[in-house]
Amino acid sequence: MHAFVLDLKIFAWTTPAILITALLIAVARSTRNPALFPLRLFVIAYTDVMRGVPVILWIYLIGFGVPGIGLERPWNSPLLWGSVALGLTYSAYVAEVFRAGIESVHESQRAAARSLGLSSTQTMRHVVLPQALRRVVPPLMNDLVSLQKDVALVSLIGPIEILRQAGIDKAKFANFTPYIGAALLFLVITIPLTRTTDWMLARERRRTTATRVR
Amino acid sequence: MTPKLHVAHVSKAFDKNQVLDDISIEIGRGDVISFIGASGSGKTTLLRCINLLEPIDSGAIFLDDTEITAIGLDPNPIRRRIGIVFQSFNLFPHMTVERNITLALTKVLGIDRKSASEQARTLLARFGLGDKAKSYPDQLSGGQQQRVAITRALALNPEVLLLDEVTSALDPELVGEVLDVVRELKGSGITLLFATHEMAFAREISDQVCFLADGKIAEQGPPREIFSNPQDERTKRFLQRVIGAGRLLD
Repeated sequence: MHAFVLDLKIFAWTTPAILITALLIAVARSTRNPALFPLRLFVIAYTDVMRGVPVILWIYLIGFGVPGIGLERPWNSPLLWGSVALGLTYSAYVAEVFRAGIESVHESQRAAARSLGLSSTQTMRHVVLPQALRRVVPPLMNDLVSLQKDVALVSLIGPIEILRQAGIDKAKFANFTPYIGAALLFLVITIPLTRTTDWMLARERRRTTATRVR
Repeated sequence: MTPKLHVAHVSKAFDKNQVLDDISIEIGRGDVISFIGASGSGKTTLLRCINLLEPIDSGAIFLDDTEITAIGLDPNPIRRRIGIVFQSFNLFPHMTVERNITLALTKVLGIDRKSASEQARTLLARFGLGDKAKSYPDQLSGGQQQRVAITRALALNPEVLLLDEVTSALDPELVGEVLDVVRELKGSGITLLFATHEMAFAREISDQVCFLADGKIAEQGPPREIFSNPQDERTKRFLQRVIGAGRLLD
């Protein structure tokens, strides 16, 4: 159980970091200011590289690599750098989800906002992003659920989280029950998470639209 | 007297397609001018260019004495003075009707939320939408949505209002309520430019009618002349077609 709490902790601190980083990446990538072209190029390269290499490899590279350059405690903890690796890779995936949302907002919405004298930043902030974020909630939850599970990968470089604990228990007692227990614990988190978002979306739809086609 | 709006030799092409070809018009303060012509004749593009939503290839556009198409000019203060209403309403679906109107008031003009809200409600009441302030756009009929869109553009007190086929996406029975709003604006001092397929309405309300064909002004003049005694061959054919389709009948 202690091992599972560690999973939740990693999840809890990586999620906000990922959401914020991903949003910044997506906005940077959607910018149309020619002066920011180098920034766009950088974030495109970033998403390509981070998504092109398996998550587990990044966890090894950063989780072992960075502490390996000889940092002092607590900065040499594989747990810390493992979560950083997880955060960096997931930011790239989530950024693409955000970008899809931003691009799904029809050009006419921007035209309407700009015609009212709003700047491009204000248009993004008040008109495009609120609509984009609502649209990407389902695929976003998809990524968060998958993150919640990939947290287990950090265990491969040291910290004992639940999957590894289950492995140890299995080896000790020679039966698979610990794995089943671990699976159930993951489900306890992920299922309420997805149901809650479904419910939130349905409520939003009821509030803003008149009639629904059955 | 300088015209309120002066379009001087404006051309615009999308790739090889010449949409506007050396267009020149002068519009006086408070005048109402309508643009008619077949689909693809350049009416919408012209209005979008005037609102600076489309860059022009050559020529210039002046608002009073200011060249608004000058390179390096900040378009945002200009857009505040020139409102536009779109064929497809383009309301913000995630905001209430009231917030649709107050967004630019608070963010662009810097009015505090409370007085912005009062202004919005006054305007909504004027156009018979007083009870819709807290509704979302999707909960309104097309005619109501378009009236909200007009209200939103008017809230900024623009000197010029561009109406881009504002009734084309509406059911026939909803067209009237939107045209009533436009009628009310005539004579309020605002300069109105509108692209339309409602010929009867164009004839009734316009000081000038401009017939566009292939990106050029084929014919221009007071509505009586254009509709009763068109000179240009293309104008004649176009009017015959729309009369045949029943659009000129009152």
